[in-house]
Amino acid sequence: MLLDVQNLTTRFHTHDGEVCAVNNINFSVEAGECLGVVGESGSGKTQAFLSIMGLLAKNGSADGQVYFDGRQILGLSGNELNNLRGVEFSMIFQDPMTSLNPFMRISRQMTEVLSEHQGLSEKDAVKRSLDLLDLVGIPEAKKRFSMYPHEFSGGMRQRVMIAMALLCEPKLLIADEPTTALDVTVQAQILELIARLGSELNMATVLITHDLGVIAGLSDRVMVMYGGRIVEKAPVRDLFKQPQHPYSKGLLESMPRVDDSNNKSLYTIPGQPPDLQALPLGCAFIPRCEHAFAPCENQVPDLVKISSDRFKACHLEELP
Amino acid sequence: MNSGAQSPVKEPILSVRNIKVYFPIQTAGLFSGTIPLKAVDGVDFDLLAGETLGVVGESGCGKSTLGRGILQLLELSDGNVVWMGNNIGGLSFREMKKYRKQLQIIFQDPLASLNPRMTIGDIIAEPLTVHYPELSAEERTQQVKDMMDRVGLLPLMINRYPHEFSGGQCQRIGVARAMILKPKLIVCDEPVSALDVSIQAQIINLIKGLQEDFGLSLIFISHDLSIVRHISHRIMVLYLGNAVEVADRKRLYNNPCHPYTQALISAVPIPDPDLEKAKQRIVLQGDLPSPLNPPSGCVFRTRCPLARDLCAREKPRLQQIDPDHQVACHFWQEAQDQRII
Repeated sequence: MLLDVQNLTTRFHTHDGEVCAVNNINFSVEAGECLGVVGESGSGKTQAFLSIMGLLAKNGSADGQVYFDGRQILGLSGNELNNLRGVEFSMIFQDPMTSLNPFMRISRQMTEVLSEHQGLSEKDAVKRSLDLLDLVGIPEAKKRFSMYPHEFSGGMRQRVMIAMALLCEPKLLIADEPTTALDVTVQAQILELIARLGSELNMATVLITHDLGVIAGLSDRVMVMYGGRIVEKAPVRDLFKQPQHPYSKGLLESMPRVDDSNNKSLYTIPGQPPDLQALPLGCAFIPRCEHAFAPCENQVPDLVKISSDRFKACHLEELP
Repeated sequence: MNSGAQSPVKEPILSVRNIKVYFPIQTAGLFSGTIPLKAVDGVDFDLLAGETLGVVGESGCGKSTLGRGILQLLELSDGNVVWMGNNIGGLSFREMKKYRKQLQIIFQDPLASLNPRMTIGDIIAEPLTVHYPELSAEERTQQVKDMMDRVGLLPLMINRYPHEFSGGQCQRIGVARAMILKPKLIVCDEPVSALDVSIQAQIINLIKGLQEDFGLSLIFISHDLSIVRHISHRIMVLYLGNAVEVADRKRLYNNPCHPYTQALISAVPIPDPDLEKAKQRIVLQGDLPSPLNPPSGCVFRTRCPLARDLCAREKPRLQQIDPDHQVACHFWQEAQDQRII
C-alpha cells in the first residue's frame, strides 16, 4: 500500500462555527494504480487531499493517520513535508496559472525544484527539466524554456505544471480537476498524457474530478464522496455498470451522454448539494434520496464491505 | 404566416446573414495602430420558431460574441440580423428597446449576473418595471410570484438576496428574469457550465419545459457536446469565428463531416469504462491559433490531419452537402470516408 488513510477528519473554524469538511474517511492507494475521486462542490474531495499534502488553509485542521510508504505524514512540520512534497508525492491543480509564479521564468521555476530537492548542478537541472518538458509534449521545449507562464496557452501551462510535478519522479501524483479549465480537445491530450506517464513511470495517480467520463477512461478504482464522507468505493467497471449507492446511480443517470441520441427529460437528483453546516442528523443524502426510509433519518450509515472489493454507505440492503 | 393550416415553407423567426464582430486591438511600437481581432467572421444561419440551435466550440471560438452580437449587446462590424422581418443589426440602444421584450439572455455565472444589493423579487421584476411601467405593484408582484413558482423557486423567498441562494437556485432566478417578459427567443450562454452535475440536469429540464410551454426559440451556447446533443434540434460548430459545420442533431453526431467536428466529438469522455478505454480518439495536435493572426485559407488547417496546399490557399465555403447539413471543408468527403468515430 502506497498511501493509507485512516480516520481522516478535516475541520475548519469559521465565523459561523466549526465546519467538518471531511468526516472520518478511510481509503488507500496501491502503487501504480489510478484512483478516481468523484463528488460535487462541498463533498470534501479536494480538502481531503489538501489535508494529506499539508496544504490546508490556516483555519483548517486535520486529524487521523495518513501513511505514505509506511510513514505517518499527517501533522509533520512544514520543513519535514517539504522534503516529501514534490519528491515522493506531488499535486497539480485545476488552474495552472494560479499555481505558477507569474514573475519567474519557467526555467527558474523548474530548476529550483531540482537544486532544492536533489542538489543537482545547474547544468544537470536544466537537462532534466528539458527532458521532462519533452516528455509532456511541449514542442520546441528549448526555445520555450525561458518564457514566462503567461506566454503559454492553458493546455501548455497545464503540461508545464505536470512536468514540474514529475521532476523528482514522485510515486504518487494527485491531480485535482486537472482538465476542468481546459477545452475538450486539449483535455483529451492531457488525459492521454496522464495515462501514459502513469504506466511509463509506474506512478500512482489520484484523479479528483466531477466528470464521470474522465473517471471512466482513466481510473482503476473509484470512490464517490458526498457531504464529507465516502458513500461508495468500487472498481471502475462495477461502479459504472452497477452503482450501489443512490447518489452514484443518480449522478450517472443525470448526465447527458454524447453517444446517446435520446432527448427525453433527464433524470434529476432533486434538491441541492448539502450544506456542510446544516447536515441532517442521519444520512447526508436523505433530503434528495428517493429510497430513504426510517433508519436513514437518525443514523449515519457506515461504509461497509458488500463484496471483496466494494464498499457502500447506505442503509438499503440492495438498490432496486 | 397564420394563413394556411400547414405552411409548406416555414419562415424563420430569426435570420442572421454574414455577421462579423471585430474588436480593434492596439499594437505597440513606433508605427502603432489598431488591427482587428476577428471574433466572429461572417456567420449565417436561420432559426425557426420553437427551434433550438446549439452553438458549440472551444474557448475563443466566438460563440459568446456571436450570441451577444445577435442581441445587439455588442456592435456588429458587418452583417444583418433580421428578427421577424425587421433588420435589427446596428440599431441604437433606444431603438432596440422595443425588441428587448422578445429577445432575452441567460448568462453563465449565475451569481455574478445578479445584482447583490437587490432582492430577487426586484431582480425578476426589473424587466417588467422597464417595459411595462403601467403595471401596478400588486400586478408585478403577482407575475413575479407566478414565474418563481414556474421555475421552481418558493414564492415566499421573494424578499431574499442572491447570496442566500445556491448556484442552481441563482440560475433559476436568471431564468425567471429572462422569462418574465414572455420572450420569443432566449440566448442561453453556457447556462449550466458553472453548476454541479446533479444540478445541471435540473436546469436543462427546466429550460426544455419552458420551451415547450411557451414555444420559445433558443440559441444554446455551450462547450459541452453532450448537453448540446441533448437539447438542440440543430447544431452549429464554430472554430475561430467561423462556422465549420451546421447540421441537424442526428446528422451532426452520426455523420460528422468536418475533421474538427469529428475530433471534437471523439474527444468527449463517455461515462462507460468499457467504451471509453476501447475508444479510438482523434487527438488534435497543438492549440487554437491566435485570432489576431489567423491562418490563411482554412482556419482549421494548422491542426487538421487532412490539410494540404489547397487549404492554405483557399478558404472553404460553407456548402450544402445534404438538406440540413452544411460543411466548410475542401475534403469533407475524404473526412466522411475515413471517420473513425
